Amino acid sequence: MRRGPSPFNLVSLTVGFAFLYLPILLLVVWSFNASKLVTVWGGFSTKWYGTLFHNDQLMAAAWVTLRVGLISATLATILGTLAAVALTRHGRFRGRTLFSGMSYAPLVMPEVIMGLSLLLLFVALKIDRGFLTVTLAHTTLTMAYVAVVVQSRLATFDKALEEAAQDLGCTPTRAFWQITLPNIFPAILAGWMLAFTLSLDDLVIASFTSGPGATTLPMRIYSQVRLGVSPEINAVCTLLIGIVAVGVICWSIGTKWRARAVPAQ
Amino acid sequence: MSAAKGRPAKGTGKRLNIGAVRSSFAPWNDPAATPLVRFQGVTKRFGDQTAVNDVSLDIYPGEFFALLGPSGCGKTTLMRMLAGFETPNAGTITLAGQDLAGIPPHQRPVNMMFQSYALFPHLTVEQNIAFGLKQEGLPKAEIAARVVEMLELVKLRPFARRKPDQLSGGQKQRVALARAVARKPQMLLLDEPLAALDKKLREETQFELMDLQVELGMTFLIVTHDQEEAMVMADRIAVMREGEIAQIGRPEEVYETPANRYVAEFLGDVNLFEARVSAIEHPMARLTAAGAPDGFYVLDDDCPPAGTAVNLAVRPEKMRISLEPPPAGTHNVLSGEIWDIGYTGDWTNYIVELPGEKLIRVARANASRIVERPIGWDDKVFVTFADDAGVVLTS
Repeated sequence: MRRGPSPFNLVSLTVGFAFLYLPILLLVVWSFNASKLVTVWGGFSTKWYGTLFHNDQLMAAAWVTLRVGLISATLATILGTLAAVALTRHGRFRGRTLFSGMSYAPLVMPEVIMGLSLLLLFVALKIDRGFLTVTLAHTTLTMAYVAVVVQSRLATFDKALEEAAQDLGCTPTRAFWQITLPNIFPAILAGWMLAFTLSLDDLVIASFTSGPGATTLPMRIYSQVRLGVSPEINAVCTLLIGIVAVGVICWSIGTKWRARAVPAQ
Repeated sequence: MSAAKGRPAKGTGKRLNIGAVRSSFAPWNDPAATPLVRFQGVTKRFGDQTAVNDVSLDIYPGEFFALLGPSGCGKTTLMRMLAGFETPNAGTITLAGQDLAGIPPHQRPVNMMFQSYALFPHLTVEQNIAFGLKQEGLPKAEIAARVVEMLELVKLRPFARRKPDQLSGGQKQRVALARAVARKPQMLLLDEPLAALDKKLREETQFELMDLQVELGMTFLIVTHDQEEAMVMADRIAVMREGEIAQIGRPEEVYETPANRYVAEFLGDVNLFEARVSAIEHPMARLTAAGAPDGFYVLDDDCPPAGTAVNLAVRPEKMRISLEPPPAGTHNVLSGEIWDIGYTGDWTNYIVELPGEKLIRVARANASRIVERPIGWDDKVFVTFADDAGVVLTS
């Protein structure tokens, strides 16, 4: 066996990574451009990051996005976990197939259709579009992802653990809180982070279901880009990338640390 | 005579003679004794599958009772109904006189040791053991004292702060045991407790479990598919088959006087001869069978009248094999050729082909190291067994 990658592998690896990350790298580099013109390099500067925090529209949109993300991810995590528990723990019940199909539908449903149908629903119910409707729409979208993540963990969770807890004097509810929940918590947290990220970068559904005063950051960025890419947008995107990257790094360090705390058998 | 199994005197340093305690312990023969657990006409169906069919069974206080059978025979379902994880479709289960119907698992005074041990992975050994005590709302000091007592009982004091993942299989098994007995249940249910251990550890643990049961004075119900495990540990064994009980009895009863072919074949090896009763000469009976020119001459216990078709069951270790013909007048003589030899060190198993291509198995203990003329392949041999070695089976 030869050690190390072959030249072919090396080339395909480089091209692949370049394809994925070169655009992002460009965006980050341009965000430090001193010139206002996007295509002309005017030297290194962090001034766009400064002006960014004085751009009230962008800051307001960021604040909306953050709140929508936090609330919808939390709601979706609760509902998605409940759906996952119902689907894995209650064996066969009437309408199980329908229930599971409907909980997973948002995974495969085109976002445009989902956005449009939610819009029609809100109009029919005469709910004013705004912060509430975006949050509800994002909850619907991300709940399915949480359910999938939590369900895959529950599927490998030894049901005897819950039975043992009951055998030792716990009611089924207490057994769930004391035994099941602490053990599936990493999956729930992962589901929450996934839901938060999805909500953070959703443009399509937000465009359909949002209203005045509830413009999210992706919507604001998109509308500004139509008028021309400004270095400020590059800066805000770089910050977003930074936040996501830090989140992912924290997560992987966390899982590695856990794995080390519990040595493999 | 309902002699309770006594607790050993603590601190004497003398190991309790379980055998002596055991042999005098037989509450099931005492009409005045009250059983701890009573299954009456219990049936459990899963869809159109009947897992347990009309089972009635009494288990007495202090007994070590084994449910033995192949997988899928309903033994685990029967135990889970007692623990409260399954609800019977028919029949009643009572514990100490109380009907258990409708009582959820967390309110039943029994504890179970799960086959997978089901140790809580996010809790340490001591937290696992304390878990059931905390549910009872005992004072902290009492819980701590009881946990230490349990840790010492299973010799795991140095491992108190470990997580289950940091323990060996045998240690996990002991934690599961300590956790299940910590609440001092009226009865301990053990679901295949030794299945995950290797052979040597399994044998050691069998004796430890027996000592522990006597020391705690607790009633044990064990579910196992391993006949040796059941025979070594249990006071009585219920052999199960397809949701029904095939026979209940002491280990030596079910082994030496099996009630039917199923029990005879499930426990150990057995040679079955299709035979017909030709005459009853109380206390003996004569049988005719193909392959045995002089017929069989056996005890007539439970033997049906002359003319009935029966099976004669003879265990391989109760047969003698030799190269020399036995003296004239010897009963139960078979002759054949060696077909195969299996040497296991302590025993040698000879497969002998009788006329008519019937194969029987004869086991011989290798009592001497050097044999002048060992029995070899294709040797002509004579197989005999004593008048009381065979059991006549009608079903």
